[in-house]
Amino acid sequence: MPAKVVTITSGKGGVGKTTATANIGVALAAEGARVVCLDADIGLRNLDVVMGLENRIVYDLVDVVEGRCKLRQAMIKDKRLPELHLIPAAQTRDKTALSPKDMVRLADELRPEFDWILVDSPAGIERGFRNAIAPADIVLIVTNPEVSAVRDADRIIGLVEAEEKGPPKLVLNRIKPEMVRRGDMLATADVLEVLAIELIGVVPEDDSILVASNHGAPAALDGKSRAGRAFRDIARRLNGEIVPFEDAESGDGLFGRLARLVRSGGQA
Amino acid sequence: MNFLQRLRGESHSAATAKNRLQFVLVHDRADLAPGKLEALKNDLIEVLSRHIEIDPRMVQISLTRDRNQQRLVADIPLASARARRRPLN
Repeated sequence: MPAKVVTITSGKGGVGKTTATANIGVALAAEGARVVCLDADIGLRNLDVVMGLENRIVYDLVDVVEGRCKLRQAMIKDKRLPELHLIPAAQTRDKTALSPKDMVRLADELRPEFDWILVDSPAGIERGFRNAIAPADIVLIVTNPEVSAVRDADRIIGLVEAEEKGPPKLVLNRIKPEMVRRGDMLATADVLEVLAIELIGVVPEDDSILVASNHGAPAALDGKSRAGRAFRDIARRLNGEIVPFEDAESGDGLFGRLARLVRSGGQA
Repeated sequence: MNFLQRLRGESHSAATAKNRLQFVLVHDRADLAPGKLEALKNDLIEVLSRHIEIDPRMVQISLTRDRNQQRLVADIPLASARARRRPLN
């Protein structure tokens, strides 16, 4: 079956698009799927460092589009997961070096050889965003439980639907269960009510994400990382599995653990 | 906010965030900034006043949203309502 193209976008910058792309890619590849991650953030290349593949780059996305190399030559194979690949963004060009048509052509060339093509979109609503969603079969919107991020997510949902790429699915990133419990952070239910789209993942704020990016080894590789587990759940949901949402907001504090212990009859 | 919550230093800003978000989104989605709504209200009052007697201070106009439908809701009390209740003779 030809690959599905999943574009990860957000509107607002800094909400975790690149982290989400790297981790979902790792999680899908760890389950044996053939995955290629495509960094569409031309001029602000970052997926390479988050994935820890920065020192193996020779060619980039723009080199492929402008015919300076073959698609295969720009593709970096991840040594940890043999089925995981990266096509890096160009660092010294800008978004006008690509067109939505280029992206569709590129994706069509990749489709027969992969199960998943993940496209890491740049922030914003201009050319780079349009390039990123042009080949998409599925669009994931990453947001944080914060007024400005949710507002931008709403705007992006409108644009994705206008391009007939919708309805997109929501990744709510950086939830702090503790703050939700004391009423100082929008809860998942609040964000869903406001945005009225389907949820595909809730990722807790987790120090292991920064540590992972320090090392260039996505948290989804780490069995102990809570955020990593949330990303693995997203990958399973993309695969069509029904994975119950962890009740992140009832939390991991002492009371949350006790409450879970009581509810599960000691099986926590 | 109840006494216990205050005692625990809780502030419940999430509810404020949600209200502000809903307000801003209703305007974003209709592409009608709150200031423009005010201008629309003033125009509306001017036009209506040419035809019927209204109390400009009582006019309320707002955007609301239920599921998929955006709505402009205007509440315009008529100033002449009291006059009509006067006995006819």
